Amino acid sequence: MRLLSSGPINRPNKRKSRSSAYIFPALLSTNPYSLARTVLQLQVLRNGGNSKEEEAGSKMNPILPQKRTASNDVVSSPKLPLYFTAPAMEVRLEEFELFAIDRLRVLKGVSDGLARGRNPIEMDNLVGDLWKKNMRLSDVSEMINKDIISHFVLRLVYCRSDELKKWFLSMETALFRYRFRLQNLESQRATVGEFGLPYKAVIGAELESLKEKLWQVARSLGQTPPTDEPIYYKVPFEEVPDLVASRRVLLQKGYAFVAGSQLVSLVVTQFRSHLSKALILTNRKWTTTIREREKDRLTPIVEALSTSYLGPDYSQSNEYADISLKDIDQVSKSSFPLCMRHLFEKLREDHHLKHGGRMQLGLFLKGVGLKLDDALAFWREEFTKKVGSERFDKEYAYAIRHNYGKEGKRTDYTPYACQKVISSAPGVGDHHGCPYRHFSEDNLRAALGRMGLSSRGMEDVMDKVKNKHYQLACTLTFEAVYGTSCDAGINHPNQYFEEAQKVLKPKTPTALV
Amino acid sequence: MTRDEIGNREEDMIIDDPKPKIQNPDEFNVHYLRIYYGNLFPYSDIHKWLSYGHDGKHPGCDEFYFGRREFSFTLENDVYLRYKSFKNASAMEDAIKSNFPYKIDIGAVYSVDPDKRHAYAQSGTNVFTPVERELVFDIDITDYDDVRYCCSGADVCSNCWPLMTVAIKVIDTSLREDFGFKHILWVFSGRRGVHCWVCDPKARRLTNEQRSAVAEYFRVYKGNENNAKKVDLMGHSLHPFLARSYVDYLKNFFEGELQATQSLFSSKEKYEKILEMISDEDIQSELRGKWENSARSSLSEEATSLLRWEQLKKMLQSKKQKALSLRTCIEEIVFTFTYPRIDLEVSKQMNHLLKAPFCVHPKTGRVCVPIDPNNCDEFDPMAVPTLSQLIEEINSGGFRMDVDGDDSDRSLLGKSIKFFRSSFLEPLLKSCKEQIEKSYKTKIEKTKDSFSW
Repeated sequence: MRLLSSGPINRPNKRKSRSSAYIFPALLSTNPYSLARTVLQLQVLRNGGNSKEEEAGSKMNPILPQKRTASNDVVSSPKLPLYFTAPAMEVRLEEFELFAIDRLRVLKGVSDGLARGRNPIEMDNLVGDLWKKNMRLSDVSEMINKDIISHFVLRLVYCRSDELKKWFLSMETALFRYRFRLQNLESQRATVGEFGLPYKAVIGAELESLKEKLWQVARSLGQTPPTDEPIYYKVPFEEVPDLVASRRVLLQKGYAFVAGSQLVSLVVTQFRSHLSKALILTNRKWTTTIREREKDRLTPIVEALSTSYLGPDYSQSNEYADISLKDIDQVSKSSFPLCMRHLFEKLREDHHLKHGGRMQLGLFLKGVGLKLDDALAFWREEFTKKVGSERFDKEYAYAIRHNYGKEGKRTDYTPYACQKVISSAPGVGDHHGCPYRHFSEDNLRAALGRMGLSSRGMEDVMDKVKNKHYQLACTLTFEAVYGTSCDAGINHPNQYFEEAQKVLKPKTPTALV
Repeated sequence: MTRDEIGNREEDMIIDDPKPKIQNPDEFNVHYLRIYYGNLFPYSDIHKWLSYGHDGKHPGCDEFYFGRREFSFTLENDVYLRYKSFKNASAMEDAIKSNFPYKIDIGAVYSVDPDKRHAYAQSGTNVFTPVERELVFDIDITDYDDVRYCCSGADVCSNCWPLMTVAIKVIDTSLREDFGFKHILWVFSGRRGVHCWVCDPKARRLTNEQRSAVAEYFRVYKGNENNAKKVDLMGHSLHPFLARSYVDYLKNFFEGELQATQSLFSSKEKYEKILEMISDEDIQSELRGKWENSARSSLSEEATSLLRWEQLKKMLQSKKQKALSLRTCIEEIVFTFTYPRIDLEVSKQMNHLLKAPFCVHPKTGRVCVPIDPNNCDEFDPMAVPTLSQLIEEINSGGFRMDVDGDDSDRSLLGKSIKFFRSSFLEPLLKSCKEQIEKSYKTKIEKTKDSFSW
């Protein structure tokens, strides 16, 4: 792979007794492919200050080449950085934090858009808007620098745990994907070139022999086969997992034939794979050196940044703690969102739930405040009706304790947010997932009827469902059932529960009768 | 979520039946099991397979490779032992012979000996993580309960087993033609399903994401009792993989063998299920009316069923311009009944354990023997040797107890072992050895270069 092209590395002048400046050797070095690690120096300067050693008000020294393109579109014309290596530059401490916050707003917006089930075109527009709003600067090269700096700062923030890494990786990859799509064809080709991929276009006799099947693939996607000579790349199938998974490519003897228009998939996979490895390295550096060294300066900033925008995770229930077993049936009817109500009803009916359902409902109940002992009693009461108490103890009790962090790795698992519930794949015999997505229309209408929706309310909800806005459908259901508006929108089943409880018991937050 | 410690229990096997007591003491009991593991289980074949050529004989071998493979044992009283690993074949043999597990599962090859995983820190360079694992598939006939009428749950018979046969054909063909894999082992799961082990080096090194992609590529059936239409092909023409599966296997199977054994349209309950899959209400009611009127015809169940299928096809053909979704309705119906339903979770994660070939199924006493994908029509799950049959054979002296893993055609298990060796193990080992040789040579060349001036 080729390195991201950069100008000469600007070595800062050696200054004596600089208590303020700090050099991190290979702090964020990320290129695993070159033998000599790029030594990166991220100098962070204090702002203001009166010591003559300090670099007051020093400006950034951008290193990257300043490509000025003809287009005025500030989103697509600057080169799309691949973040392979962090260049050497000086950054003010306040910019360290502010740039990261702006980028975080973009990532949170992406996360929100995905959770609401926006289609790709909507996401293109959303990303374009978010970027303009938060990351735009008048000077193109400064914009690129902000882009790069904010990314690397957030790497520090989000490398520190598996859950943070996963979120960051997903959002940065999604951001990259849509920014790539927004680029014009020429810029896209340039970006692909940056990755230095060795794949060749299919030509001549080989192309002829495959044409029939390639057209078949195009037709299976609802596309008309191209009239002029299309370009197809022969790529090992492992490089384009999402195209394989959705059967959007022809496969033959281990190779996928990727159309020019599908290149985005290829580069996104590369991007993701690279970032994933980089995060592991960054985490190592953070835990072994940086965190301690920076405990008075960067570490507090880094630690604060990660908790600020992800929203509550409901792993510790608050005022509505101590939901008691004797009330649980009544509470399920009064305050559970449809997904959990369905699981709960099925559990009472069948005295059993498959694994997906146990996870989704079990973690939800934990978030609602059901204590471990009560949880064990609850599941035991149901399951022993079907499988007997010995089997319950042997096969299911362990998993429940596991969810509460009392077994195995002892991770305290967090209840699923809507995004996760919606994207699950219930199969034969399953009852988890999001009813707005996974139920047939008839079944959904029946379920909504049981929740007490009027026919007009139901039409509004079904309309949202038809447009794949599952969370909005759930929000409308909430508003119809409780007669109050929910402006924030539902994005977590436990949020639905808490909001419902707020409506039902506005004055006595700790009692649950 | 699949976390290491929580283990991957085969839910269905345990949940559907009451506490496992020996249902038929003639088929399975501990005593027989001991004799089986004492004399019949092919230890060295399994060891050779899982060593993938790293037998220590070539300088390019990794002699610790086998020792980093995880095994798990399920013992008599449901005691479950994970993270077992063995230095070599005889260590494995000793462990099995001292535990006599009811079930042996094979897991992944890890970065360090599973046995010693706690000795390594969870961070830094020595993380305990899977590095290689066969690409595996698990097809279980209980996942077809909504489309088979002869049996349900744990039962299987000669009428519904062909669903497994056609699944093997579809998946095997695709693995070879589309993905280019060569070293594929199909194994009878012992009661009501099949497992598939893809052992090419490329397959073993796939990441979880890539495994997930392959599983999703194979996935067509989406849904459960909450939605009526479980196969949605969107009205567009089929992807070449689906088209080939349809034309080569599924269509004929549906119209021939499946109709003959299941008579899919012969009763109202049965045909309603199919009518629901047609998205056009008018067509539904027209057909419904026709069939209600002919309910008391003199034709046999099978003939009625075939006739109604023809009528349905004809009507859909003539009306397919009405809506896009109708254009693939016929295929959707065929796919719903016949297309393979794999257990996605089994394939997606490297750390998922899967039952070892040549184990004995505790409920049926049958040995988990390999299935020849080129002859899978001939495979009969009822004819698979049981423990008691094998023990009987030993007792009557028809078995040569001095040979390790007898593969003669004369013994019950011999044919299976012979097939395992000749069709799977030998070509696999040959290819592995070539691979080891090649990468060793490359390594030598490289070090040579670095010393040249």
